[in-house]
Amino acid sequence: MNAFQQYFYDLAQEYPRWNFIYFYDPSQTERVIDGLGMTVQLSVICVICSVIIGVIGAWIQGAHSALARNLMQGYIQFFRNTPPLIQLMFFYFALGQFTPTYSPDGWLEVPIISNVGWAIISLSFFAGAFNVEIFRAGIEAVPESTREAAEALGMNRLQIYIYVVLPLAFRVSLPALNNNLVNLVKTTTQAIAIAVPELLYQMISIYNDYSTAQYACMLFMFIAYIVLVGILVFGMHRWERALKIPGYGT
Amino acid sequence: MTDTGWTPDQPLVSIRDVHKSFGELEVLKGVSLDVMKGEVICVIGPSGSGKSTLIRCVNALNPINSGSILVEGQEVNDPHLDKLELRKKVGMVFQQYNLFPHKTALENIMMAPLKVLKQPREEVEERSRALIKRVNLVGKENNYPGELSGGQQQRVAIARSLAMDPDVMLFDEVTAALDPETVNEVLLAIKDLAQRGMTCILVTHEMGFAREVADHIYFTDRGIIVEHGPPATFFSDAKDPRTKEFLSQIL
Repeated sequence: MNAFQQYFYDLAQEYPRWNFIYFYDPSQTERVIDGLGMTVQLSVICVICSVIIGVIGAWIQGAHSALARNLMQGYIQFFRNTPPLIQLMFFYFALGQFTPTYSPDGWLEVPIISNVGWAIISLSFFAGAFNVEIFRAGIEAVPESTREAAEALGMNRLQIYIYVVLPLAFRVSLPALNNNLVNLVKTTTQAIAIAVPELLYQMISIYNDYSTAQYACMLFMFIAYIVLVGILVFGMHRWERALKIPGYGT
Repeated sequence: MTDTGWTPDQPLVSIRDVHKSFGELEVLKGVSLDVMKGEVICVIGPSGSGKSTLIRCVNALNPINSGSILVEGQEVNDPHLDKLELRKKVGMVFQQYNLFPHKTALENIMMAPLKVLKQPREEVEERSRALIKRVNLVGKENNYPGELSGGQQQRVAIARSLAMDPDVMLFDEVTAALDPETVNEVLLAIKDLAQRGMTCILVTHEMGFAREVADHIYFTDRGIIVEHGPPATFFSDAKDPRTKEFLSQIL
């Protein structure tokens, strides 16, 4: 045991309620690192997927086809108006029944989409629904006349969207997008409901095994999320500044 | 390119009995005019007389209800119109410049040739820099529209349109939003264009400019062309009382 581990070990001996077990017991440290890793993985993948869903969804919202627009509207209503926890459970427990399975050892039947897979799908679509609406607000802020100028230069609808509307709308949308992505990172904790071994899951496992570690585990979670979300917000603000156009807007 | 059978001795733009309504409001009530290659025509008239609508119809930004608009023999009022083919031929400059605010002056000019015509970058850049020089904006290549004055922005907009190498240019009240001291630099750029033989249709309130550069002037009021003629006779011997009244107010 090194001096760091020794310090927390002694602390726990002296004050049993301050049992920072993950600092001196290597197998608990591993659980924390695994949990953090899963939370970061979930967050990064879901942030990227939800932004892609937002960009494509906002494009479909402007489609000529009324069917496409209505389907998009239905998707938004479904995911925005139902709790993400219920979405997760519905995806995993209900839809998960109907996905094909495979058998790695000829004995166990494993569904093709794992609980982590369902968490990524369900959380991405959940945050994506909000992102569609966020981008739509940004798109509506792009003047019709700017679009017209692009049209007069021979651009088609997709070119106008990619080269003119989206870059401008994206800048307008960033503050709202920032908020939604922060929420998404926090919502990844709900994946515990389908036993995704993310940070909350690992922390609860630790204090179920070592009940004196409860305070220490909760404290760690607060600090971990402050740091994780802090990094995201810092990155988004840097991005916002980098995208600022000289002489445009305020 | 589709073969339309058009030859340069026929009008480059031929507008025939065009009607256009916005809902209940009939804006154009049977307008006809021809523009030959190399000709500069000015459309003047009171606000709401339909002159802006008319030129917006020429590049299909506004669809027309009836009539015919031929651009180099291509029918604009055709549901199967190849809009890209039309817009390669017709350039347009707007009252509010409508530059892409997230692109520099040079990038604004280069965007359509790169993305729409898929031309090679070096060639487009060389041509765009030449256009910057032509509209007298050397040194402003890397400025964003928000960093340029109205007159400078409008000259970038002209260069952006010219980068597509159009056969006819439409100018929709391009000096109306400008500070008086920058109007002239834009007019000079248009005049230069006209002298190089570009076919131009201008909607304008600059009567002095119209008199100087136009080959033909059309006066519109309440959706029809009231009177037209070459500037030499148009301004001095207007016959219709509406034209006379308009000219007396504006000159």
